[in-house]
Amino acid sequence: MLSGKYIALIPLLPLASFFLLGLFGRRMKGAAGMLGTASILVSAMLSFYVAYQYFFVYGQADGVYRQITALKYTWLPFSENISIDMGILLDPISVMMIVVVTFVSLMVHIYSLGYMKGEERFSVFYAFLSLFTFSMLGLVLACNLFQIYIFWELVGVSSFLLIGFYYDKPSAVAASKKAFIVTRFADLGFLIGILILAFYGETLDFPTLIQRLTDPASSQLIGITTAGFLGVSALTWGLVLVFMGGAGKSAMFPLHIWLPDAMEGPTPVSALIHAATMVVAGVFLVARLFPVFAISCPVALDVVAYVGAFSALLAALIACTQTDIKRVLAYSTMSQIGYMMFALGVSGYYAEGGLGYTASMFHLFTHAMFKALLFLGAGAVIHYVHSNDMLDMGGLRKHMPVTHITFLVACLAIAGIPPFAGFFSKEEILTAAFHSDKTVFYVALVTAGITSFYMFRLFFSIFWNKEYRPHGAHHHHGEAPFSMLAPLLILGLCSVAAGFVPFGNYVSADGSPLHTEMHWDFSMLPIGVALAGILAAMLMYRKASEVPHRLSNAMRSAYHWSYNKFYIDEIYLFVTKKIIFNLLGRPAAWIDRNVVDGLVNTTAVVTENFSEAIRGMQSGKAQGYAIWFFTGVIGFALLFIYLWM
Amino acid sequence: MILHILIHVPLVTALVLLLLRDPRQVRLAALLGSALQLVISLVLLWGYRAERKAGNTAQMLFESMHEWYPSLGINYHVGVDGIAVAMILLTAIVVLCGILFSWNVQQQPKEFFFLIVFLSAGAYGFFISLDLFLMFFFLELAVIPKYLLIAIWGSGKKVYSANKLALMLMGGSALVLVGLLGMYYSAGNTFDLMKIAEAGIPPGLQSLLFPMIFIGFGVFTAMFPFHTWAPDGHSSAPTAASMFLAGISMKLGGYGCLRVATYLMPEAAQQYSWLIIVLASIAILYGAFATMMQKDLKYINAYSSVSHCGFVLLGIGMLTTTAVAGAIMQMVSHGLMTALFFAAIGMIYERTHTRQVGELGGLLKTLPFISVVIFIAGLCSLGLPGLSGFVAEMTVFVGSWQNPGAFHRTATIIGCASIVVTAVYILRALGASVMGPIRNEGYLRLQDAAWNEKLASAILILAILAIGFAPFWLTDLVMPDSQLIMNKIIGGVSP
Repeated sequence: MLSGKYIALIPLLPLASFFLLGLFGRRMKGAAGMLGTASILVSAMLSFYVAYQYFFVYGQADGVYRQITALKYTWLPFSENISIDMGILLDPISVMMIVVVTFVSLMVHIYSLGYMKGEERFSVFYAFLSLFTFSMLGLVLACNLFQIYIFWELVGVSSFLLIGFYYDKPSAVAASKKAFIVTRFADLGFLIGILILAFYGETLDFPTLIQRLTDPASSQLIGITTAGFLGVSALTWGLVLVFMGGAGKSAMFPLHIWLPDAMEGPTPVSALIHAATMVVAGVFLVARLFPVFAISCPVALDVVAYVGAFSALLAALIACTQTDIKRVLAYSTMSQIGYMMFALGVSGYYAEGGLGYTASMFHLFTHAMFKALLFLGAGAVIHYVHSNDMLDMGGLRKHMPVTHITFLVACLAIAGIPPFAGFFSKEEILTAAFHSDKTVFYVALVTAGITSFYMFRLFFSIFWNKEYRPHGAHHHHGEAPFSMLAPLLILGLCSVAAGFVPFGNYVSADGSPLHTEMHWDFSMLPIGVALAGILAAMLMYRKASEVPHRLSNAMRSAYHWSYNKFYIDEIYLFVTKKIIFNLLGRPAAWIDRNVVDGLVNTTAVVTENFSEAIRGMQSGKAQGYAIWFFTGVIGFALLFIYLWM
Repeated sequence: MILHILIHVPLVTALVLLLLRDPRQVRLAALLGSALQLVISLVLLWGYRAERKAGNTAQMLFESMHEWYPSLGINYHVGVDGIAVAMILLTAIVVLCGILFSWNVQQQPKEFFFLIVFLSAGAYGFFISLDLFLMFFFLELAVIPKYLLIAIWGSGKKVYSANKLALMLMGGSALVLVGLLGMYYSAGNTFDLMKIAEAGIPPGLQSLLFPMIFIGFGVFTAMFPFHTWAPDGHSSAPTAASMFLAGISMKLGGYGCLRVATYLMPEAAQQYSWLIIVLASIAILYGAFATMMQKDLKYINAYSSVSHCGFVLLGIGMLTTTAVAGAIMQMVSHGLMTALFFAAIGMIYERTHTRQVGELGGLLKTLPFISVVIFIAGLCSLGLPGLSGFVAEMTVFVGSWQNPGAFHRTATIIGCASIVVTAVYILRALGASVMGPIRNEGYLRLQDAAWNEKLASAILILAILAIGFAPFWLTDLVMPDSQLIMNKIIGGVSP
């Protein structure tokens, strides 16, 4: 049964947990973690149940998966047609997403029981995690364009709160502000996009909006395509602006600068928010409006494809030289999201043409598993070494065997080696790109090679390379506690198994099952590229050697560009500090104090001086008054005589 | 009947305060009086909804009229619609919380509480008046005590600020008075709002009177370029006075712009709407940029109030039902949020004796409760969904976008753009004062909020959440009446 009543519990349980923990968490101490974990456990079980019901029992009608609005309340009516509704929309992608979100969130909740143990603000951490989970679930279940925006902002603020969790660290505060402000800027585009789509579409309700904007005969579609600005149709503006919001959240170039800094947050947070779930919200958003993109506005879809492909390559290039292991993973996340984006960008809508869509969602699914695993593994390593820098690591395979193996599995998955999960989804993406846009395909192929290189650079630098020498005396513990290892093992299993899900049967652009076949002859190329990348990394980093150093010297300028992230941060800093603050903020404040308020004060001074000048008349001396009186009388008398005569 | 009680309770409370001697009794009486007033306001809300549900479609409910000055046609004519009910509720909440936050005022507590309660009587009277003279009378009642509150209980350059505020607001009221007199003669010697609305004012006269009344009320709501009383006034005022000033007094202006200027002179409203939009857009963006540069928490909130009240004027200037409803919601939301913000600043100042962002830091560690309060106020200010600011701003944006044409679109985009700048200044302020490392070791020994402060913060936060989580009750309250006001706009954009 797919009743909205119990499906609503999936997001509402974490919300309840947020309020409980926020108000009473301090007194609960360790129980706070258990409460948060219990609520998400129930949510996860409900999600699995809903997924089962949707995919295998109720979801299909005539062989096509349909959209079911399970719940809808008018939340804020704006006018007759336009209102913000709160509700639940079930379709293959939203059901897939609730499973991913609750599952990864559950893993992170369990992992944090060990990782965050003894933390002073342990209950606050769980409260924020619950808030995030609630917001993310509300986002993916949204039935209304504005509902997505609301939860979009809420995941943004949860991300802000969690990045700034160690609030007494200035770098964490700076990173949290940066993340919020950059995504806020992107959301400005999103908001204006919503206003445009709502104005012409005359609704905010997803199914109705999509139906209207894909039906060539509808007056709304005609209206939105004939209206335009600067020679571009209103529909393109609307969709591109909405995509801008998605690009901000999903860290696409040029709005990606917040993601690497966001690694200041606790590592489980990076795994959940900045790898597996929130950062793919942009992909989800494009997928949600995909019919409109694909059927009515292919131009906007091209923008998605090129931005995605460029970001994938750029991030991969930067990842090669970073030494902070979390930052390497952050750039790899950006790169993989780029894959999902351009997969959507090259996709068509109907039947076989929709392979890119299925591939993108599939990659989102598998990526959530292996990227969460990578981050949680990195967290275990950081927990052990007390450093984020790979130069402080090496040889850890002997100290942390379980982490070593699971990390290897995840690296193989992301590199695209069969039979690990990433291979299947990446192969589909490359196939889709190959049949649609050759430029994108080659960019993707090169990126795949670079990906496997930097991932194994990371892997070998942490677990192989030089022998590990602890710097402090505090290394009495061995491998991480069981609460941290269990999620690693479970996610490790998923990183293998997820690839074998016949994904196309369940998720496809037009809802009808898509049967994908393995083209082994075709996939030899990506596998070969990936193996080459691994081999290069192995030669350079398996043992401590001078090779990487010599290589970076040989390609010094390229190395510097990559190491300094192509100086994009510096450009932003220049624009904000120099232009926004000095050319807008400072003058506004100055003008206000000196010109606008200056006028007010001048008025006061003039009035005062004027009264000062004429105050002599009110002297209180009878003689003075008498003089004025007689002068006046004589004056008026003369005036009247003059006028009458 | 209920409106009589509403206006008499604060007056009686004020009288009782004068008779009491013991400062403890004084503050208890003030608290009881304002708590009773909040209960009455809630009863009013409930009664109003019940009447509407029962199918009462009269424009004004609970109307009553008594002759006051018959030879001049001045009557005690009161009544409320949904907009007034919302404003009354706001006033009751802010006044109650203001009294709670001033619980430990040391200097002349009797006079202090007397003035606060007296001010609130002016605000209640203003919102229920249906006679323009009566309305003006109450408006003045709500100005003069503010001068004393700032000049006596204030801090910093308090005399300058008090003078500036009183003179600018008086200037505004003088303009309003001239405008009202013009209407009085044009409508045949009556000050009655409903009668003037029915009779209509000739368009030629409207173009003359509208600017006077709109600017006059605009001064109250800190309309650019008549806003400079706000930063100085707020920064010198004691906490409760700041809360009242920004929370309620600025709303008197917005309410007047809507009820008197726009409602009674629809043709002129259309004629001047472009000017209102321009001034509002300037206030929104310029106010936001000016805020970015402020270093004093009170200045930050004062300038951000200029920016936020710009949304009120933008909504009114856009002349669509949705935008006007958004403007009213923004008044309520901003009233609650800014009261909370000033309260939090006051609590911090009381303990650390500084409001400079650069001297604070790490307060989350030493004053967790207060820090969470200021955080929530900040998040509301930057328009976080779930809090009241978001619903109000979004309603204004959606309503504004209903106007076609590049001019209105540009203004709306400017409005939307301010949400980014707001995020910048709010996060900068919070990041430096509440988060970050502790800059002053002395702060480690500070006492967190006391019971009265906790209670008052909780009331304000609950109100903010009530709008943020369930905005439909507020929309239900104000949307039909915005529709009524907009129906008079000929050729106005219907939703």
